[in-house]
Amino acid sequence: MSHVALESVFDVTAIRRDFPILDKPLPNGLPLVYLDNGATAQKPRQVIEKLVECYENYNANVHRGIHALGDRVTTELEEAREKVRTLIGADEVEEIIFTSGTTMSINLVADAWGRKFLQPGDELLLNEMEHHANLVPWQQIAHERGAVLRFIPLTADGRLDLSALDDVLTDRTKLVAVTGLSNVLGTINPIGEIAAKAHARGSLVLVDGAQSVPHGYVDVNCPQIDFLAFSGHKLYGPTGIGVLYGRRRLLEQMDPFLCGGNMIRRVRKESSDFADLPSKFEAGTLPVAQAIGLGAAIDYVQGIGFDAIAAHERQLTERAFRQLNEIPGLKIVGPGVSERGSIVSFTVEGVHPHDMAELLDRRGVAVRAGHHCTMPLHEWLQVTATTRASFAFYNTLAEVDALCEAIQYARKVFRLK
Amino acid sequence: MSDDLYDDHILDHYESPYHRGHLDMPTIVHEDENPLCGDQVRLELLIENDRVREAWFDGHGCAISQAAASILMKEIEGKTLEELRAFQAKDMLDKLKIRLTASRQKCGLLSFKILKTMIYTLDERKGQGDGSDGA
Ligand SMILES: Cc1ncc(COP(=O)(O)O)c(C=O)c1O
Repeated sequence: MSHVALESVFDVTAIRRDFPILDKPLPNGLPLVYLDNGATAQKPRQVIEKLVECYENYNANVHRGIHALGDRVTTELEEAREKVRTLIGADEVEEIIFTSGTTMSINLVADAWGRKFLQPGDELLLNEMEHHANLVPWQQIAHERGAVLRFIPLTADGRLDLSALDDVLTDRTKLVAVTGLSNVLGTINPIGEIAAKAHARGSLVLVDGAQSVPHGYVDVNCPQIDFLAFSGHKLYGPTGIGVLYGRRRLLEQMDPFLCGGNMIRRVRKESSDFADLPSKFEAGTLPVAQAIGLGAAIDYVQGIGFDAIAAHERQLTERAFRQLNEIPGLKIVGPGVSERGSIVSFTVEGVHPHDMAELLDRRGVAVRAGHHCTMPLHEWLQVTATTRASFAFYNTLAEVDALCEAIQYARKVFRLK
Repeated sequence: MSDDLYDDHILDHYESPYHRGHLDMPTIVHEDENPLCGDQVRLELLIENDRVREAWFDGHGCAISQAAASILMKEIEGKTLEELRAFQAKDMLDKLKIRLTASRQKCGLLSFKILKTMIYTLDERKGQGDGSDGA
């Protein structure tokens, strides 16, 4: 009954009108059922128009030209930075570094913090559900610095086993890197509990917010975290832009990452002084229009509101859970519906995930199949691949039904009873 | 050429593969995977007098990759190495009788790629055995 009430408050039909791609028929004439939001989200008109506005009206490089266009574009970019600050509750706008995405943000920390502060024997605490972007950079820097990787074990249903946290978190732990929301299992991780224990041990905490920032409130001060990385393109913004939040004290202690223009204060022949935050970590020309577009995406998402987004996405996820569980041979990986975000990955006995994705595509249903950049997790799951449906606030309950019907169609093609 | 990827030809090979298993004393074994999908195939050949006496495969992955391996095994038994050298990717795709998109061609050609590596290896071995430079 609450379904009806919520659906009427939250007008999906009106929201979908903001996303031009959603009502363009596919090459095969079918309507698009886009359930690959975990890979990248679609963009509302407001974001697309902002990019056009920027390129048509005030395209220029930032922090450089002493001319009208340069002034305007710099103002727009700094407004976007302020929108990011508000979105994640950061204290200071200088703590918001624009990067190319989550991957670059994490590499920046691994490199600029790790190279300076990791000593042989120091420990980094990870876990097997991390995306390669929050695993491989740590492997590399640990290898270089002689640091040790430790892993929080997973429970059988794909959550972090916090009962083991006191064993794996030691006085040598320098940083805990953890995803806010698993891009495969859908698990929402208890960042507050992890951060409290980590800080009590003197360790820093980095949160990979690639999946969590687009789907709920994230506040870097509640619970307190030290670094947050996320991508614009999963937050309904452009590709090529991302964010690294870092505490000012840490960012100031770290050496630069990329070097070149914009990140310097004074360059001499043999050595240089570096710019203040955030420029210190923004070498070269930024993805200017994309950053401004990200600002528009944040406005858009906040206009809908995370409470409404979360409530609607919960309905979608609950319905998907209920219906998928009725399909013979289908196994959902990860925890129960109350402990996850709007991501549901599964296997279907007798149909390989790639065949599944291909057959769903024939029905207009776009999902992702493969290891989703989490090979260690798939090893842990003991499957080579899964099929993933990931929902956004513009998805409808009817699209969940379309997914389930398409899976049944795939089973029929594979001559399964 | 069928536009239907999952026609009976493919599904029959997927469900009842030809020579899925292992040889006791293979002349050559090679395996590879398709990192994009995690398809995995291992081929085992018994070669006698420059001719494939038996061809077996094992592996796991999507229907296309596994059916293609089965189709290839059936195709190459009895063929000479000379004939296999002439066997091209296009011939393999023709044998599948379906039209594959660029991304699915990786699945359809995985076992073919393994076969080609095996032939290079056999040629190299031969070159070394002869003391010639294999030219
Ligand atoms: C949890 C998680 N971390 C990191 C990334 C990497 O994001 P990007 O490719 O935008 O850098 C992704 C994207 O797939 C992700 O899901």
